[in-house]
Amino acid sequence: MPFIPHTEDEVEAMLGEIGAKSIDDLFDEIPRDLLIEDLTGVPDALSEQEISRLMRRRAARDRGALCFIGAGAYEHHIPAAVWDLTTRGEFYSAYTPYQAEASQGTLQTIYEYQTMMTSLTGMDVSNASLYDGATSLAEAALMSVRANRKSKSRRVLLAAGVNHMYQKVATAIAGSQDLTFERLPLDTNTGSSDLSSLDGDSNAPVAVVIQQPSFLGTYEQVDKLTDWAHANGALVIAIVNPTTLSVLTAPGDWGEAGADIACGEGQPLGIPLSSGGPYFGIMASKEAIVRQMPGRIVGRTTDLDGNPGFTLTLQAREQHIRRSKATSNICTNQGLMVTAATIYMSLLGPEGLRRVALTSQQQTAKLVALLAEIEGVDAAFSAPHFHEAVVRLDRPVGPVLEALAERGVLGGHDLSKSFPELGNALLVCATETKTDEDLEAYAGALRDVLGT
Amino acid sequence: MGEQLIFERSRPGRRAYAQAPLGENCGDIPAEFRREDKPILPEVSELQVVRHYTRLSQENFSIDTHFYPLGSCTMKYNPRVCNSMALLPGFAGRHPLGPETHGQGFMSCMYELQEMLMSVTGMKAVSLTPMAGAQGELAGVAMIRAYHLANGHAERDEIIVPDAAHGTNPATATMCGCKAIEIPTDADGDVDLQALKAAVGPNTAGIMLTNPSTLGIFERNIMQIEKIVHDAGGLLYYDGANLNAILGKVRPGDMGFDVIHLNLHKTFSTPHGGGGPGSGAVGVGERLKPFLPVPVVGKTEEDGKGRFHWLTEEEIPQSIGHLSGFMGNAGVLLRAYVYMRLVGKDGMKRIAEFATLNANYLEKRLKDVGFEIAFPTRRASHEFIITLKNEARTLHVNAMDFAKALLDKGFHAPTTYFPLLVPECLLIEPTESETKETVDRFVEAMVEIREEAKVDAEKVKGAPYTTPVRRLDDVKAARQLDLAWRPGSPEAS
Repeated sequence: MPFIPHTEDEVEAMLGEIGAKSIDDLFDEIPRDLLIEDLTGVPDALSEQEISRLMRRRAARDRGALCFIGAGAYEHHIPAAVWDLTTRGEFYSAYTPYQAEASQGTLQTIYEYQTMMTSLTGMDVSNASLYDGATSLAEAALMSVRANRKSKSRRVLLAAGVNHMYQKVATAIAGSQDLTFERLPLDTNTGSSDLSSLDGDSNAPVAVVIQQPSFLGTYEQVDKLTDWAHANGALVIAIVNPTTLSVLTAPGDWGEAGADIACGEGQPLGIPLSSGGPYFGIMASKEAIVRQMPGRIVGRTTDLDGNPGFTLTLQAREQHIRRSKATSNICTNQGLMVTAATIYMSLLGPEGLRRVALTSQQQTAKLVALLAEIEGVDAAFSAPHFHEAVVRLDRPVGPVLEALAERGVLGGHDLSKSFPELGNALLVCATETKTDEDLEAYAGALRDVLGT
Repeated sequence: MGEQLIFERSRPGRRAYAQAPLGENCGDIPAEFRREDKPILPEVSELQVVRHYTRLSQENFSIDTHFYPLGSCTMKYNPRVCNSMALLPGFAGRHPLGPETHGQGFMSCMYELQEMLMSVTGMKAVSLTPMAGAQGELAGVAMIRAYHLANGHAERDEIIVPDAAHGTNPATATMCGCKAIEIPTDADGDVDLQALKAAVGPNTAGIMLTNPSTLGIFERNIMQIEKIVHDAGGLLYYDGANLNAILGKVRPGDMGFDVIHLNLHKTFSTPHGGGGPGSGAVGVGERLKPFLPVPVVGKTEEDGKGRFHWLTEEEIPQSIGHLSGFMGNAGVLLRAYVYMRLVGKDGMKRIAEFATLNANYLEKRLKDVGFEIAFPTRRASHEFIITLKNEARTLHVNAMDFAKALLDKGFHAPTTYFPLLVPECLLIEPTESETKETVDRFVEAMVEIREEAKVDAEKVKGAPYTTPVRRLDDVKAARQLDLAWRPGSPEAS
């Protein structure tokens, strides 16, 4: 019996102790007519060898293409040590550290993560993570409403370069609490927010959300937007890519007073792409509003002997204490992913992470230059870009991407649905994992597809 | 004494050279966006990192190292092969926005997982996207709310929750813009039907139930509850936290539930990971099908071959929408898929049977050695509650003292002080993957602790003694917040 250790003799002995004739007797409080005989939709058991064969065959079907898609999830080199250590059973098969004395490994790892994340974002406090980048925006928006008591508004203003999927998710999660999300218009020349409309905006929002670098790989005027928001009684929520924070101004240093909350997708820090998850959501803030923060937080304290140790803290915010009045219904964080990210950041260090960010930028810049040489392909914006970039084609993007995929190149993310104002726009990304030969291969395939 | 912080091992200029691009380059970041300070990341060697996190891991209790009878959390063996298959390069390296043509292997697993989950729950459709149990709850209540709104019943905004429920239930109701109405449990641990009848009405959106309940017993009046709630125009939500108890024996769909979330990290043995990632797939009956969160995997036949594709809001226009940036915790779903295929049709039923056998055996043994069972007239499900109120009164050691003393005996503690309505309680869930001798040894440990308390209660109250730290000052942790290390912070050890 897979994963069940009982021998027949033991079953007899245990039933004897209980005073039951059979295992079926143990289900005697369940109404008879509810019991089922058979599960028609579940196949018979496979051995480990059989399932391994099946899974290897299926996994092999999905691999082999050169991937130039970013759009919120990034292919970076993951040091072998990251998942070797993360999948040690003591990390992998532990649970939420309710018994702190028996969970110091997990708790100290989270404290180290909080240290790294607060420093990268320039914030005072970080939680132990949320589900993913998109939900971190939903939670950050709800947090901003709780933290910004002076504001009567429930309108959240998004910069033009905020990931559209984040807006959809935030609407699905926070919409039932009457939060609305609106966007600033996009300046289609620079690929950044058009700030001219702000002057006439008398209806101040509760929070302004700025993604830097933007979803389109451009820079937003973070200082100007932050100062405008604060002058108008709004909080500032930053959406960050943690890799780029090694070289870009931390949200805590934006404008005069800095952003109030930083959130974003943690996946670039050593988490496999894995079809979209599990990843983890970043959530950091100023200390003044930490009691409005959702999710687990670890603090350092002392034990009975006066030695330092770590424990979950500020639990009075959470659902298992506050129930219907909690800051969120969130229970678990993405502990295993945070473990991996902490190990990743330790291995890379400040210099390694900087090199990853700059090499990614360099490779993307080279790629855009190569592609723009092709007739019918242009860089979409005049302004500088970072980490990924938009190119414009002279024909619809979808069929081009299909044809590229047939040639083993996943050529980027089609923007024609999310940013129709950009026309036949394609978001491309080349991280440090792409060599110059890979870039040439992409350009060659695109030439072939476009017939130039 | 614990391990130093990684930052205390840091030396300026030290690096793990193999782990970053070697060539120097300087990008053209405009000066106004350029970071000036160096972030606080450790400057350490690869070996230092490996040693540090290996040592930290050794400070944890885990399923792989200890019996972990944490009630309501189903801490059973996580088969290793589930992990190694999910990390195969074809799966781990697949970009979430990659085309369907380059995802058929992954999508076929997801489609089959949906089908298997429909079968074990008796529901009509499944969405895999919720990323944890709590998000599954949010999806479920949001669908109930969307259903009432679509039927013109905006006034139906009350979610009934038994007082024994997990805290996530009422917190979820609030997040969905609903009001949580708590109803009491009767003396035998069933829902108080009179209170339920009084609570339902024209404002009822639905009820959230866990069955078996968090009291470790099957809700015997489930079919009466179903009738009362449905007759009042409400829907029934099944919290799948305890599905392990009834897997392959009874199905929520057959009990009349309209929507259910599953905790794949419990029932289907994906890792708990030190607190996540979870995975909270939702299943629905016919009524809520139009409101499922997207994306869902669909299948069409082409030339006799199945072809898998994503169903999004274009195909499911009344959907409550997207709950994650992509499609949820895909890698967790793959692990659950592998687990279900390994266990197979007959194994599903055995999970519930042997989880129940272990729980009833452990309950009986503890009762025989003199511990008080919270619901002695009831059959235990996969878990049960003992109350240590007598020990607290006569020996002056409470449930928390027993929990901490168990750590010194080499056992992770059961869930303490939950559910809230049983005083000094331990909620104990041994799971099907533990041997009889482990369960027996746990009983001995409980007896030993009680004997030690009779001799020296203060000693038990000082436990644990063998863990890396002793009991921690939670009050200080909350009052003198130290949530991140900074240069100049006190040394860890």
